[in-house]
Amino acid sequence: MISARRRSTPVWLTLAAGAAFAFLYLPLIVVVAYSFNDSRLNAEWVGFTLNWYRVLFDDAEMLHAARNSLGIALAASLCATLLGTLAGLAMHRTRLRWLPLLVITPVAMPEILQGVSLLVFFIQVLHLTLGLVSVVLAHITFSLGFVAIVVRVRLEGMDEGLFEAARDLGATPWQSFRLVTFPLILPAVVAGFLMSFTLSLDDFVITFFTAGVGVSTLPLQIYSMIKIAVTPEVNAVSTLLMLLTLVLVVLASRLDKGFMKGVA
Amino acid sequence: MTLLEIRNVTRRYADFEAVKSVSFSVAGGEFFTLLGPSGCGKTSILRMIAGFDPPDAGQILLDGRDLAGIPAERRPIHTVFQSYALFPHLTVGQNVAFPLRLSGVPAAESRRRVHESLQQVHLAELAAHYPHELSGGQKQRVALARGLVNRPRLLLLDEPLGALDLKLREKMQLELMKLQREVGITFIFVTHDQPEALALSHRIAVMNRGRIEQLDKPSRLYGFPKNRFVASFIGNCNLLEADVLECREGRLRLAAAGLGEILAAPAPTPGARAGDHGVLALRPEQIQIGVDPTGENRFTGHVRDFLYAGDVTTYQVTLDTGLEVAALRPNDAPGRAHFFEVGDRVTVGWAEDAGHYVAD
Repeated sequence: MISARRRSTPVWLTLAAGAAFAFLYLPLIVVVAYSFNDSRLNAEWVGFTLNWYRVLFDDAEMLHAARNSLGIALAASLCATLLGTLAGLAMHRTRLRWLPLLVITPVAMPEILQGVSLLVFFIQVLHLTLGLVSVVLAHITFSLGFVAIVVRVRLEGMDEGLFEAARDLGATPWQSFRLVTFPLILPAVVAGFLMSFTLSLDDFVITFFTAGVGVSTLPLQIYSMIKIAVTPEVNAVSTLLMLLTLVLVVLASRLDKGFMKGVA
Repeated sequence: MTLLEIRNVTRRYADFEAVKSVSFSVAGGEFFTLLGPSGCGKTSILRMIAGFDPPDAGQILLDGRDLAGIPAERRPIHTVFQSYALFPHLTVGQNVAFPLRLSGVPAAESRRRVHESLQQVHLAELAAHYPHELSGGQKQRVALARGLVNRPRLLLLDEPLGALDLKLREKMQLELMKLQREVGITFIFVTHDQPEALALSHRIAVMNRGRIEQLDKPSRLYGFPKNRFVASFIGNCNLLEADVLECREGRLRLAAAGLGEILAAPAPTPGARAGDHGVLALRPEQIQIGVDPTGENRFTGHVRDFLYAGDVTTYQVTLDTGLEVAALRPNDAPGRAHFFEVGDRVTVGWAEDAGHYVAD
């Protein structure tokens, strides 16, 4: 009889997978757990408290850094989304082989290199005083490529006939973009925006080089705090940052995949 | 009344000439087909008429007006794409309303016309669905409704039935003909499927390697192919190499390879002279096969193979002279799959006015 003989997963494979996930997620879980620990030390579990979150929200410096981070992330990701979308459209349309390479290379560039080169560029070439503006500019440069890639991949997956059909049925190039192209790439554009927002929010290295003195962001603030000790307050702010990132990433991936069903 | 005129149109891609100085005209209300194997240039012509690609030379005139420089969106010509190209983010109703929306038709009238158009293709109840919820045949009809709703002067159809299975295809062919009669819009249809072209068209341009080989009514193309390519591309055909010995009193005396001297009717276009070389095009259904077939030209041989197609069986017969011919016989006797076995001795025969001499 050809019954559904289900092949069971070997035990060792389950164990290996479990170990891999543990390696990935245990450190994060520890941080989250200790942010609720009623003790100054990250040593043993004493009891549950929300005290560290209260401390966090009373910390003026931390709140200032958070406001900076959110402001920078919003400004940088809006600009990166606009420019990245245009770059994605251009990459899709052009026959120039080097254009995609040119747009995507910064994505693969080591961050430390980008940090140093932007620092030199801002100071030596633009004669810019380092501060919020320089950080925003720097964040735009590294997130733009990500948006461009997401938008381009989405365009590549679409039937070229759709754009010709729009023109054929009477749409000017602008109407064709507004009524067909843009609605179709919108999920990718929003996903790209969320991704740039996350990248900007979490960035340390490039921000470190381009912020100058006086401007602090959440990652910079956390770094300066752990130079003294990893306090539960750091655990609390890390937990919140993790939560926000998680929400943004899940949202971005849901958006771009869910819509693909409509195209098939 | 001439609606569309193509004058000496040429189209090149890099170092390849896809369309070589092609000319033809299409009358208003006509169902015109461009037929040919893939790469023959038929789709290139369609794209130039639609306005997606400009011709490298020549002119395209619609109602006597040159279309050069007029972009696709300003031509009163719509296209039904092979991939259907339905907008996935719009409902069926919104897809059909798309051209009306662009030409500023008021909402109330647009609704009425969309409904009317969808009714014509029997899809009115699916207006609120999205394209990905439809079957291939339904998508096809939505694309048709969208192409026709704004009443273009000309509708271009690029292998629109290519993706459908055989049964659905035949059903859609009938619907397409009916629809074209009802709306009275001129259709230019592109296909590589010759039975489909024969069934649907008023006139067919058979294309090969960027040129039109023959432009005629379906029955003329089938009955009187102008050259070897058309004879072999349209339907099945026995092409027997032959030299003209004599032409007089409406009869041709031919020396056919492997057959000897035979009699044939001349081509409807006069001009065959003694000494000419060409082929005698004989359709399998024109060749009788049996123990004692009728026809002035008769030869004996044996059955080498046969192809059973349900309604008919085609027999491959090897004549005693070594020549191979295909002959067709309907399976009209009840329960009969075929009349002869492989190896059976048979006689084939055809009337002297069957077949058609094609000069090289």
